[in-house]
Amino acid sequence: MTVLLSVEGLTKTYPGVVANSEVSFAIAGGEIHALLGENGAGKSTLVKMIYGLVRPDAGRMVLHGQPYEPAEPRAARAAGVAMVFQHFSLFEALNVAENVALGMESPPPMRRLAARIREVSTEYGLPLDPGRLVGDLSAGERQRVEIVRCLLQDPKLLIMDEPTSVLTPQEVEILFRTLRQLSAEGTAILYISHKLEEIRALCDVATILRRGKVVDTCTPGEKSARELAEMMVGTVLTPPARPAKQPGPVALEVAGLSVASPAPFGTALKDIGFSLRRGEVLGIAGVAGNGQDELLLALSGELRSPPEAVRITGQPAGHLGPNARRRLGLVAAPEERLGHAAAPDMSLAENALLSGAVRKGLVGGAGFIDRAATRDFATEIVARFDVRTPGIEVAARALSGGNLQKFVIGREILQEPAVIVVNQPTWGVDAAAAAAIRQALLDLAGRGAAVVAISQDLDELLEIADIFAALNEGRLTTPRPVEGLTVEGIGLMMGGAHGMEVAHAHG
Amino acid sequence: MDLSAINPAVLMATVMVAATPILLAALGELVVEKAGVLNLGVEGMMILGAICGFAVAVETGSPVMGFLGGALGGAALSLIFALLTQYLLANQVATGLALTLFGLGFSALIGQGYVGIKPPEWVRLDLGAVSRSPVVGTILLRHDPMVYTGLGFVVAIWAVLKFSRVGLILRAVGENHDAAHALGYKVIRIRILAILFGGAMAGLGGAYLSLMRVPLWTEGMTAGAGWIALALVVFASWRPGRVLLGAYLFGGITVLQLNLQASGVRIPVEYLSMSPYLITILVLVVMSSGRGRAALNAPASLGRNFHATH
Amino acid sequence: MVAVVLTMVAGGLMFAALGKDPVAAIRTIFWDPLFHPQFAAYSRPQLLVKAGPLILIAIGLSLGFRAGIWNIGAEGQYILGAICGAGVALAFYPAGGWHIFPLMVLAGALGGWAWAMIPAVLRIKFRTNEILVSLLLVYVAQSLLAAMAVGRMRNPEGGGFPGSRNLAQYPPAANGELIAGTGIHLGVLAAVVAVIAAHVLMQRHILGFNISLAGQAPRAARFAGVSPNRLVLVCLGVSGALAGLAGMFEVSGPSGRLTIDFAHGYGFTAIIVAFLGRLNPIGILLAGLLMALTYIGGELAQFMLQIPRAAIQAFQGMLLFFLLALDLMSNYRVRWLRREVS
Repeated sequence: MTVLLSVEGLTKTYPGVVANSEVSFAIAGGEIHALLGENGAGKSTLVKMIYGLVRPDAGRMVLHGQPYEPAEPRAARAAGVAMVFQHFSLFEALNVAENVALGMESPPPMRRLAARIREVSTEYGLPLDPGRLVGDLSAGERQRVEIVRCLLQDPKLLIMDEPTSVLTPQEVEILFRTLRQLSAEGTAILYISHKLEEIRALCDVATILRRGKVVDTCTPGEKSARELAEMMVGTVLTPPARPAKQPGPVALEVAGLSVASPAPFGTALKDIGFSLRRGEVLGIAGVAGNGQDELLLALSGELRSPPEAVRITGQPAGHLGPNARRRLGLVAAPEERLGHAAAPDMSLAENALLSGAVRKGLVGGAGFIDRAATRDFATEIVARFDVRTPGIEVAARALSGGNLQKFVIGREILQEPAVIVVNQPTWGVDAAAAAAIRQALLDLAGRGAAVVAISQDLDELLEIADIFAALNEGRLTTPRPVEGLTVEGIGLMMGGAHGMEVAHAHG
Repeated sequence: MDLSAINPAVLMATVMVAATPILLAALGELVVEKAGVLNLGVEGMMILGAICGFAVAVETGSPVMGFLGGALGGAALSLIFALLTQYLLANQVATGLALTLFGLGFSALIGQGYVGIKPPEWVRLDLGAVSRSPVVGTILLRHDPMVYTGLGFVVAIWAVLKFSRVGLILRAVGENHDAAHALGYKVIRIRILAILFGGAMAGLGGAYLSLMRVPLWTEGMTAGAGWIALALVVFASWRPGRVLLGAYLFGGITVLQLNLQASGVRIPVEYLSMSPYLITILVLVVMSSGRGRAALNAPASLGRNFHATH
Repeated sequence: MVAVVLTMVAGGLMFAALGKDPVAAIRTIFWDPLFHPQFAAYSRPQLLVKAGPLILIAIGLSLGFRAGIWNIGAEGQYILGAICGAGVALAFYPAGGWHIFPLMVLAGALGGWAWAMIPAVLRIKFRTNEILVSLLLVYVAQSLLAAMAVGRMRNPEGGGFPGSRNLAQYPPAANGELIAGTGIHLGVLAAVVAVIAAHVLMQRHILGFNISLAGQAPRAARFAGVSPNRLVLVCLGVSGALAGLAGMFEVSGPSGRLTIDFAHGYGFTAIIVAFLGRLNPIGILLAGLLMALTYIGGELAQFMLQIPRAAIQAFQGMLLFFLLALDLMSNYRVRWLRREVS
């Protein structure tokens, strides 16, 4: 097969960090090429250079035998390179056709475009209705819009950035079928992911990045997942230690919890119920957009419900706000690090005060802040959880994702709660920090706390959870023990393919 | 109290005239807000447009030049707003207020030499006997060109927003400026153009006040019309057709209360003059308390500044 | 501050365009009120008289502004405070007694508070934008003022002219100078107290922390357990009460009478003062003094150089522009510390 894109010695540095260093590899026409690496390895930066969003400091690229230096995404698109981002560039209040039109250079008139969308989407097994508002679509369907937007421009190289983080196992199958079809037709695919099993199943070639450099190129099908993981991280990984535990009394009881979503396009919770004992870890799986955020808000107290819907250590708490619930022993760590769990422009010390005021006694009787105690608390968090930061007066936004997440989770854990609820605890965090966070959660459970972990990462849940449930369109499946679960079974609990039509393979 | 002196057809015609300044300003602000920017300086831009239009019209003797001058004046002021909020990322609320205060003061300054002068007249539409017919003619066919232009703008803006690529891009920018930027659209440039358009429209509205509606120059003559225009945009759920409705409603109340004052109704003048503002508040409350659809039309990025990160 | 210098330059240009000597104008506005041999004795106390209400109102506004709650109708709350305070005084006339003045103070604060509660409640219950409601209520308040001056509160011995009795000449209700010749009346004292209280609140109290948090990161504020509704009520309530107090002190002191044009736009200028002071209590104190200087200097310039009052308004607007431009440029640089790389 002929080489489509050749990347030679690409280098990019930012102040204080080398994102990519002398990266070289080649993609052949029609090949499904994986770009593998953990968070922070430099995959996104590399791909942004290929797509024209970022200019390399050194090195060159050759596409179709011609020098390739896109100054902006438009140039990349014109050259036949298309990209589906991890975070969609979609407009919720506009419909599918309008969204597609916005992603195109010179779109045809609406009616023609709508017809084309129907054609192409069905042909590749991802049917779409052009008139629907994007805000009403599920995450998997939104991804389809992004893909169809790319396909309509007849790309030679399709770049996909972490595409399966928002899909159920069944939806992943559908996507893979589409990608194989494209590959057979001669479109090359650059597939970025850190999900080893998927890469082994789908990709022909894998280039592995670590700390901005290429460490290896291999055929993923010939290696085991463990070998790939070790190449990615560079060390031997050990699964977290699970201390033996005796479940204690019931710490959290949820019954008949139904709340509307505060967001205009959010998912309402419907009749959620479960019961959790001290020392147990409940893992809640689900792809984005099925009510995870709302569940955390309902448990943390930002969303109110009837008093009996949520009981913390036996006390009715549904009608209480976050601080009252902290007093009863429930703490929470929301998904959005900057902006929700922490105030980006406030210092770490102030952020420690934000959630720790109640349980750590940081505010005096008349409402005056105990500055010294606050500083001590923040310092303790930084020390105990290995948060890399110049000091506690640094603004939260200056920390890297992994370090901020360690701080946020650490802040909640050090409050010695009876119940802790975390949403996506290791999203966007490098492997070392992620392992530390998971271990910390397990240790907390070992000390007798009840842990609710909501996550899109099934591997993570299977590692730490004792009990397992899935959140699908606002409903929770009946919790069941983790032993004996299959990926297939989990996928079905997560809602299968969410009613997305599966078009028949292109003959 | 003599209510018979109020002729409904004449009343309707007067309402259309009274509504035109706020209609123009509100349409302009609608475009600006659809692009995601909240410009509270409408009052300042209107009054600057009023004096610029007045001054130019008096100096050149031509109302058309006057309107152009008004539009340019409003646009110039909005340029300051655009630079401050889009390039220097200043807080939109504070900057809009500064604009209003500055506009009020500056216009009073320029207007010093124009108090008491009469502006040049403008030819009204005259289709002969048809125009003089009691109902249809009075209401529809005897206005000055700007009233018709205003109505034309309503249709034009609606069509552009709904059907054209330019309108689509504008809406996208207002909806999700990060996504628009990721797709390669020049968010800042689009917003600046929208702001300038809004300024020109507000200036036109103000010029209409000083040139046609009153027609005189007095310090502070907009008397809160700019704020009403802002409220109108919310009231109209960011839809041009509803802006027209709202403008007529407000114009209607203003005219009605003036007529009531004149006809000797037994309510003190001051209370009557409060009524337009109170009614506007009432309408705002009703509109914001409705869920769902009204919220859907508000551009999601409204009021938030765009930080380009590369 | 650079902004002030720039404004002086731009203002000078503006004055030159009007045909006035720019240097003389700037000097008249900024220097003379303090140091001119002939006028200073009169102008200097005026400084505190004008600064007092500005600072008092601006402190209240700054709390809300920090939290993203925009009370633009302080002018209306100021007027209501004056009406209520004057109303109480006139109700007691001509009786004497030490209880009259405290009741007036209470009435003034309550009047302003109540007027601010309208946009507050509407925002909480109906999510109505408080900017527009508070602003529109200013126009309503002005009409109310006119109605009162011409109607209910008109001085029966006033020869048919609109306007109330002169409260400054009615001892139990008068808000006189505490120290002769300095212009310090109770309102000025109140302003100083407010500055100190606000400073302590923002630095050391959890409410101050919550206010900053709500303005910076609303989601994080909810996570921290801050109730947005309570914050709206507190911020609008406090700023309304303070504005009402300012109005009441003004009508019973320096202005003396309730007339149709009693309100000088302090409520709006206070907004500029709040921003000029960077929403910080000490800053507001200084900014209030500066603004008062421009007011008095402006009056002086009007008198001596025939520069119209409107020019001062334009000047003040320009000041705010330059301030916003420069202030946020330094903010902007701070934001660009990128440590995280994808």
